[in-house]
Amino acid sequence: MNIIVCAKQVVDVAEIKVDSSTKKPILVGVPQKISDMDKNALEEAIKVKEKHGGKITILTVGAPDAKERMKELLAMGADEGVLIPPPEHADYHVIAHLLAGAMKKIGSYDIIFCGEASIDMFSGQMGPRIAGLLNIPQITYAQQVTVEQNKVVAERNLGEKAVIIESPFPVLITVTKEINQPRLPSLMAILASSSKPIHEWPATDVTTEALVPKLQTMDIKGIPMQRKNIIYQNDLDQSVGKLVDELAKVGVLR
Amino acid sequence: MVLVYSDEKKLTLELLNIARELALELHKKVIAVAIGHDEHATEYLEHGADLVIVAETPQHQFKAEEYTSILQSIMKEHRNEIVLIGSNKNGKELAGRLASKLDAGCVMDCTKVYIHDKKLTTERIVYSGNAIAVEQFTSPPQIVTIPSKVFDPLPKNPNHKGEIIKKKFDSEHSPSKILKVQEMKSEGVNVEDAQIIVSCGRGFKKKEDIKLVSELADVLKGRTVGCSRPIAADLKWLSEDHWIGLSGHKVKPKLYVACGISGQIQHIAGMRDSGVIVAINKDPEALIFKSADYGIVGDLYEVLPKLTSAIKEKMG
Ligand SMILES: Cc1cc2nc3c(=O)[nH]c(=O)nc-3n(C[C@H](O)[C@H](O)[C@H](O)COP(=O)(O)OP(=O)(O)OC[C@H]3O[C@@H](n4cnc5c(N)ncnc54)[C@H](O)[C@@H]3O)c2cc1C
Ligand SMILES: Nc1ncnc2c1ncn2[C@@H]1O[C@H](COP(=O)(O)O)[C@@H](O)[C@H]1O
Repeated sequence: MNIIVCAKQVVDVAEIKVDSSTKKPILVGVPQKISDMDKNALEEAIKVKEKHGGKITILTVGAPDAKERMKELLAMGADEGVLIPPPEHADYHVIAHLLAGAMKKIGSYDIIFCGEASIDMFSGQMGPRIAGLLNIPQITYAQQVTVEQNKVVAERNLGEKAVIIESPFPVLITVTKEINQPRLPSLMAILASSSKPIHEWPATDVTTEALVPKLQTMDIKGIPMQRKNIIYQNDLDQSVGKLVDELAKVGVLR
Repeated sequence: MVLVYSDEKKLTLELLNIARELALELHKKVIAVAIGHDEHATEYLEHGADLVIVAETPQHQFKAEEYTSILQSIMKEHRNEIVLIGSNKNGKELAGRLASKLDAGCVMDCTKVYIHDKKLTTERIVYSGNAIAVEQFTSPPQIVTIPSKVFDPLPKNPNHKGEIIKKKFDSEHSPSKILKVQEMKSEGVNVEDAQIIVSCGRGFKKKEDIKLVSELADVLKGRTVGCSRPIAADLKWLSEDHWIGLSGHKVKPKLYVACGISGQIQHIAGMRDSGVIVAINKDPEALIFKSADYGIVGDLYEVLPKLTSAIKEKMG
């Protein structure tokens, strides 16, 4: 079974600070990590490999320092990594072509796993784009996946309903955060992973098309959160009394 | 043309409003697409569509591969520069796939869509609610998905006339197969419409204790209980229709009370537009207090019963 996992390096959104004068997020110097659901995607891939054997390749379009993060994924259980540095101007259209191009170059894939969404952009767009470019079926928001010899059965979580769907290979699956609990690699696994390769492929190796972005980011604006921040502590009865008075005053107790 | 599609009628009506606005400015027409059934076609005309295309298809269940190819065929016949798709999970996977087939730009979950410098411009929340990205398309076709409740439907205008075309379009056959559709457990709450929401988080020790929250909701005459992701998704103490946040429902009640919720950015992303925000948490350093108008530092097991009876008394 040949499995590809798309993993993205993202800024840790919980660590973002806001510039107090411009109210804009400060994005430089924020710690980077692998997007949460991409680890769920890898965990699911590892389970498939444990059952059916095969090879897991991690694909990342990102800056060269993403290699450090990709090492964690090799330690978890992926076999090798491929890093593609993006051109200076890249949007979803461009990156999807790079990822799909790399998959064509790899040549053989049965299952491609992505996260349901990346935690920085939260689009849920890349998986369906790749599936479209490769012209293969897609199963998004999978909360359960069962892989058999020649097909996969998955349960899509659509909130008010669950859709159980079956597909032959190759298939692209995007997974939710709840599908599994990604493993933490042991020290042994971390040491052993240092011999696993991470290849760097230039963009020109995976596609010959001249990729022009369809979107331009004009601004990243801040979202000011103006709240009163009146916090009552100490005597509980007094706190409750004051809160209720305030709520009545601002007119929400009608 | 400006094309509108959603598998939810309500969303389609909402999208028709912004579609009209864009169409007016660009001197284009609005096409609404219905796939598989025509029962809402007249309503779409009355709410702003100039043309309703009913795509007849033997496929009755949504599959992104097949619906994408239907939209693609429609796009080929009617040059659509702008495609607006309702942002539910099906809509998003459809938009992404369609974008790849058309080599088009696509922006998901837009909260604003307008023309600026003659270009289609969108705004969406990024970095889990820390910022808004303003993006501009450089060339058509342009695909945008819009969540429910961003726009109101236009008032019904029975005089707005248009055409309804029923037609069969070529569609790709997907090798995947839907085996079963299961209704998930749902309590039928609608947090998006609620005026008052009392929410619970992991600060609750067991499922039964959530009654403390519903009791408060009851005296507030809100009767709407919300929750953080772990309560619905991991513990499954409440159905997913209660789930509020970035990956759950976006709410804007006039009063939001967060009990035993830490206030991670992904939760805030779902309730930041609330009128008044109240937080109850035993940890004075909890992030939720930064996003709250009023807070009580204390054990929710003590605070909630007291608050419930104090409010009951106040409201008489
Ligand atoms: C991509 C992504 C999407 C996400 N989407 C969402 C989303 O849509 N919605 C969402 O909610 N989360 C979402 N999350 C998860 C989010 O990051 C947090 O993990 C989650 O909101 C935490 O839930 P919580 O506040 O209930 O639990 P915790 O973070 O565990 O907080 C529990 C709080 O209860 C307090 N507490 C404990 N005991 C008591 C007591 N006796 N009395 C009073 N207070 C007490 C604690 O001090 C603590 O602050 C998402 C995460 C990711 C990565
Ligand atoms: N630059 C990237 N490199 C590798 N995988 C990516 C990249 N961007 C997105 N993905 C994959 O696509 C998923 C959805 O991302 P998004 O469309 O940004 O929400 C992620 O969870 C990843 O699996």
